[in-house]
Amino acid sequence: MFFCIGTNMTEAHPVAATYLKNAVVNGAKLIVVDPRRQRLTDYATLFAQIKVGSDIAFLNGLMHILIKEDLYDKAFVEQNCEGFEEFKTHILKNYPPQKAAEISGVSVEKIREIAHLLASVKPCMVCYTLGITEHTSGRNNVVSVANLQMLLGNLGMESAGVNPLRGQNNVQGACDMGALPNVYPGYQAVSDPAIKEKFEKAWGVTGLPDKPGLVIPAMLEGLPTKKVRALYIFGENMANSEPDIAHVEHCLESAQFLVCNDIFPTETTRFAHVVFPAAAWSEDDGTFTSSERRVNRVRKVSAPPGQARPNWWIFKEIARRMGSSWDSGSGPEIWDNEISVLAPSMAGIKYSRIEGNGLQWPCPTMEHPGTPFLHKNGKFSRGKGLFTVADWTPPAEVADAEYPYVLSTGRRLFHYHTRTQTSRAGMDAILPEETADISVQDAKRQGIANGDMVRVWSRRGEVTVKARVTEEVPPGMVWMAFHFREGNANWLTNPVFDPFTQTAEYKACAVNMEKKT
Amino acid sequence: MKVTINGKRCETPAGKTILQAAQANGIYIPTLCYLEKIGALAKCRACAVEVKGNPNLLTACNTPVTEGMEIFTDSDRAVAAQRYVVDLALSSGNHDCMICEKSGDCELQDAAYFLKFEDKDFRRGNYPTDIDDSSPFIRVDHNRCIMCGRCVEACNRIVVNGVIKIINRGFDSRIGFDCDDPMGESSCVQCGECTQVCPVGALTNKKSIGKARVWEVEKVRTTCPYCGVGCQQELHVKNGRIVKVTSAEDGSPNKGRLCVKGRYGYDFIYSEDRLTTPLIREKKGEFREASWDEALDLVAKKFKDIIKKHGPDAIAGVSCARSNNEDSYQMQKLFRSVLKTNNIDHCART
Ligand code: SF4
Ligand code: SF4
Ligand code: SF4
Repeated sequence: MFFCIGTNMTEAHPVAATYLKNAVVNGAKLIVVDPRRQRLTDYATLFAQIKVGSDIAFLNGLMHILIKEDLYDKAFVEQNCEGFEEFKTHILKNYPPQKAAEISGVSVEKIREIAHLLASVKPCMVCYTLGITEHTSGRNNVVSVANLQMLLGNLGMESAGVNPLRGQNNVQGACDMGALPNVYPGYQAVSDPAIKEKFEKAWGVTGLPDKPGLVIPAMLEGLPTKKVRALYIFGENMANSEPDIAHVEHCLESAQFLVCNDIFPTETTRFAHVVFPAAAWSEDDGTFTSSERRVNRVRKVSAPPGQARPNWWIFKEIARRMGSSWDSGSGPEIWDNEISVLAPSMAGIKYSRIEGNGLQWPCPTMEHPGTPFLHKNGKFSRGKGLFTVADWTPPAEVADAEYPYVLSTGRRLFHYHTRTQTSRAGMDAILPEETADISVQDAKRQGIANGDMVRVWSRRGEVTVKARVTEEVPPGMVWMAFHFREGNANWLTNPVFDPFTQTAEYKACAVNMEKKT
Repeated sequence: MKVTINGKRCETPAGKTILQAAQANGIYIPTLCYLEKIGALAKCRACAVEVKGNPNLLTACNTPVTEGMEIFTDSDRAVAAQRYVVDLALSSGNHDCMICEKSGDCELQDAAYFLKFEDKDFRRGNYPTDIDDSSPFIRVDHNRCIMCGRCVEACNRIVVNGVIKIINRGFDSRIGFDCDDPMGESSCVQCGECTQVCPVGALTNKKSIGKARVWEVEKVRTTCPYCGVGCQQELHVKNGRIVKVTSAEDGSPNKGRLCVKGRYGYDFIYSEDRLTTPLIREKKGEFREASWDEALDLVAKKFKDIIKKHGPDAIAGVSCARSNNEDSYQMQKLFRSVLKTNNIDHCART
């Protein structure tokens, strides 16, 4: 069984969705929880159309029923988890189904029906994507999902657990490689003196910094205040992909020195002082790490155009010009001689082992076959699974009289993010422009026909886009993507962040709209 | 299990079909509709074989072998039946191999060649062109369709998109999208699974047309550059240029499947817009081309100056969640070991 919450899989992870659909055709049950009636709901056994940003209230309501009616996996909770008593008391006291129903807009009966189905089928895998994480309560949303799976004992076996589908081809890998302010490659803390020493030795340096660095929002904020003088942006088109474009552009503009590596001129490179032309996919040998922690080979078939060079070479050259000479001279050498030597969880992954299918880390030795799923037999990396109380909080900005609609955003099938690649691969033929997806009811009320131009504005900006009137979207919601510069949802989105993860609340802000006359 | 095929003694594990046993022993039997991942449809009847003791011809694709079975794939009766099926397929449309994308990799061509068809055998159809060019990436040539049914199975059972069906009956039957809409106006999501399973040149990739004959390409396995599923692709490369993308049927995790971006989103790398030289922005705000040495030296110097004046934490970096692991590793190494700051992040949260 699958429980999909906040994931528009058929569009964002199409091939993963085909496997899910195969399972459903073969008799597996599917529960879909989403604000939109998207494609996946066509295959759902049960569908709960929740209000944007009500996930925790909904999940806690589900767990209330599971606990109250004694439907949870007592043996698993007793043997493998802790913190349950406190959690139980909190849920029973604060999240009666009635309250969950009021907040989420899903009826008590539907919540109960879902709870009963969850209790009756095992294993069940939870899949989620950015519908869970791109909220100010993102971290708590994830905690609630984990609580649910522990309560149901759905962990540590195949086809169970929590499956966060990673958005980008190598977002998993960039994390694994330590492109994060607090960890070295392989999630080794920068604050740990033993780890610091290990990396100082390996890199032949002294005085590695041990204080965690800045996350992206703080970097951007640091530009106008001059806390950050130079920013080096590798590949990201931040001027279109970060929330509140006008503000982001103001930050980038105030950078004293901005460097970019990219394959195309983008809205972001306009602000750069130096732009390096980089090799693209298929122009360099390397690896990507997929959502399932699988390290896969990426192969070179041609040289980059003109004078463009591989990114690793550009960084190496800057290091050399600042007095450090590095040995590794290719992707394979960097991986085999450095990454897999320094990251214990990837020690068994070498290029020679991933010629065909990749390997899934943890893979600590050359004999290790890789690890398809984590927490085997209920063993958590911290010992026992900890129930953590997560309370519902509304999105930072909710609809009001002045801005009566909720804007939620995401990706569409035919494009990828800011379209720097897909627009140059002919996808515009299928999807040539941004639309604002609105409900039939709202369209009728506001006299908007499918294809009319509408003005959508928030406290931060305004766009004019074509209306797409659709039954996917519930009344009160406007849904948009961020593929096009014109009508990009990020002129409107709210730059507020989850206090734990610093993830922006792309999924909810308040807007108003009217037909453009 | 012991069987004989065309008089040759063969070993085969129990539970295999005649077709599988023959293939495992290097014996070709013509097939048009059979595809391993779809299973035996037993629709085309091209795999007719004779089995001793059985008065009827049997279809090899769905007949299990039994101990001691004596199989003839090349008896006169079997070959006559195979030829009949292939002849009908050939005459059912315009099989103009010379200009077909699929030539050299076409299962109908293979079968006709194996069965030694000569021109006089063809009762060649002469049909008006019937091409559906409405979709951006896939060309449908109904005249080359041999109604094998693979694409229907693939679209409905493998990728579960439910778009292709067989419409009409008998001689008029053809594949159709939704309610016989043009493909480009149907609910098709352009995943291209149907193009990957089509045995002939009825469903082909528009971007590849005229770019390379199948025997000119080298296949290179790689990983899709778009989403986190990490689909394995096979790049068809001619003279260093990607002319087509398919997927290896045995590659994990996607087993031959791709989505529209993975199959057709590859040619952005050939765009005229690519950055090809380092650029430095002049005081006036205009970019000018620069040499690598000049641009790299400038960056190194600026970084040194800023560190000297404002400390290492006055520099910050954003890595790329699209590029290779090795690139992200190098960037964080640059920031930590050379610049001496942990101000390195990427859009981990989107
Ligand atoms: S491209 Fe995909 S969705 Fe479209 S008809 Fe072919 S298999 Fe079906
Ligand atoms: S289009 Fe190709 S796969 Fe589909 S029925 Fe015709 S020949 Fe078979
Ligand atoms: S082919 Fe589609 S589903 Fe597969 S990795 Fe690429 S973008 Fe993702």
